Amino acid sequence: MYLQNSETMTKQAPDITLKPKVTSIVKINNLNVHVGQHHILKNINLEITKNKITVLLGPSGCGKTTLLKCLNKLTDLYTELRVSGKIFIEEDDILNTQKNVPVIRQKMGLLSQLPYPLPISIYKNVAYGIKLKGVRDKKLIEYNVEKYLREVGLWNEVKDRLHNSPTSLSIGQQQRLCLARGLAVKPRIILADEPTSSLDPISSKIIENLFRKLKKNYTIILVTHVLRQAVRLADNVVFMYYGEIIEQGHSKDLFKNPKTEKLREYMLEGN
Amino acid sequence: MNRRKIIEENIFKFLSGFATYSLIAILAFIIIIIFVKGFNSLSLDMVIKTPKGGYYYGGEGGVLNAIIGSLDIAFGATFIAILIGMPAALYINVHLIRYKRIQNTIRYLLDALWGIPSIVYGAFGFTLMLFFGMNASLIAGIITIALLITPIVVRTFDEVLSTIPIGLYEATLALGSTKTETAFKIMFKQGFSGFITAVLLAFGRGIGDAASVLFTAGYTDLIPLYLNEPAATLPLAIFFQLGSPIPEVRERAFAAAAILTIIILIISLTARYLSKRYSKSNLK
Repeated sequence: MYLQNSETMTKQAPDITLKPKVTSIVKINNLNVHVGQHHILKNINLEITKNKITVLLGPSGCGKTTLLKCLNKLTDLYTELRVSGKIFIEEDDILNTQKNVPVIRQKMGLLSQLPYPLPISIYKNVAYGIKLKGVRDKKLIEYNVEKYLREVGLWNEVKDRLHNSPTSLSIGQQQRLCLARGLAVKPRIILADEPTSSLDPISSKIIENLFRKLKKNYTIILVTHVLRQAVRLADNVVFMYYGEIIEQGHSKDLFKNPKTEKLREYMLEGN
Repeated sequence: MNRRKIIEENIFKFLSGFATYSLIAILAFIIIIIFVKGFNSLSLDMVIKTPKGGYYYGGEGGVLNAIIGSLDIAFGATFIAILIGMPAALYINVHLIRYKRIQNTIRYLLDALWGIPSIVYGAFGFTLMLFFGMNASLIAGIITIALLITPIVVRTFDEVLSTIPIGLYEATLALGSTKTETAFKIMFKQGFSGFITAVLLAFGRGIGDAASVLFTAGYTDLIPLYLNEPAATLPLAIFFQLGSPIPEVRERAFAAAAILTIIILIISLTARYLSKRYSKSNLK
């Protein structure tokens, strides 16, 4: 597909910088999203570094979630959204590829604001992801279900009720179950859309600790409007405001020396 | 002000309660009338015998022909309605999720189909029969009833599916499921209780309808053995007997109505029980 696109690319401008660097796993070029007359994401240019936590920070309604949904093409579900630009995920331009959408989506696990466990047992929730990858061997599935439930620290809490409905779990446990289910499809990236917004402080802390642990093996893109969470977790921060990236950089530099008035204000309010 | 609120609350509570319990009272009243009036004729013979000579003049026999005919037609039609209605409802809610306008148009058309009186379906079925050169038969009855009840299956199931939060749909797709996997493996299970309600509603409507089978399934005193034979149905058995000048025969009409009610109750309870077991086995 890259080849098919090369013709149109050269017609516009020969841009060698489009090729992603080794350390970045996602590269976004000139991403624009419109809804009718509204321009909700404006010229987004962004690189996401591998095995780091990148936080998309900003007030509600600034386009963070839309940006996240562009990454795994969930924007396809909304006809009113017009998406243009380029999003490279491991060198694949996912907006202009003919690759199977489910295959692209499996590169990313999604954790949404509310946990949405599937209407099947706890065990089957995780097994569902494993089976989607084509695994049929029962023992292998069993082994992997345990592995992923352990990875999210849920195994000891659910091992005696694996065949119960996930609705019997607390909302924090359900969120971790959704994370385990997402990990089971072996993604490279975890997209987390305010995953702790509906959780109590203890469950939130567990999720945050998990993210710190998981970044060794996965790239995490976390959407949040909570400044403190961004300070606690972020390696890199992207500050957004009304559909634009206002500022981005390493978390420590950015929070220490905010360059823009907007971020300074946001930090002031957040503290 | 406070006192006014209390009075207002009490009045509306009474009115709402009255509306609710009067419905239940009507149901109870209907059942009591049917059973009281039909009690004397309600015998084992009614359910194990077909009408013998002179049955409609008070002679011996039962309505086994109509029981079997009704069950054949209702089960056959429900089966066809599920085959068409279940995928249709899933398609509307999964594949067409982006296209709200198309979704709404389809829903509007299905509601219109639901609203068409059953005698019109009967007339349509009859026209089809003539077109294909068929006689009144079991299969014509099954097809006509299936046409009548498919919109019920689709719309009732669709109503439940449309309440499933889009987050679950997104979560399933985000795992890399295809739309078909999402529809049949996840949405179907999530909306399963609605599916059972849809099927039961459709079955109840199908087994109880007289107008659409009048010309299409016909009527016979025999038990149909093949699809191309005419079949009697309980609603028509009730209709014919209720019009009789002989009190004993009219009594049998009520007994037949009681049998129809009992059949619907048994099937409804069994379906609910099985659906609960299915939901539990889903977890294992």
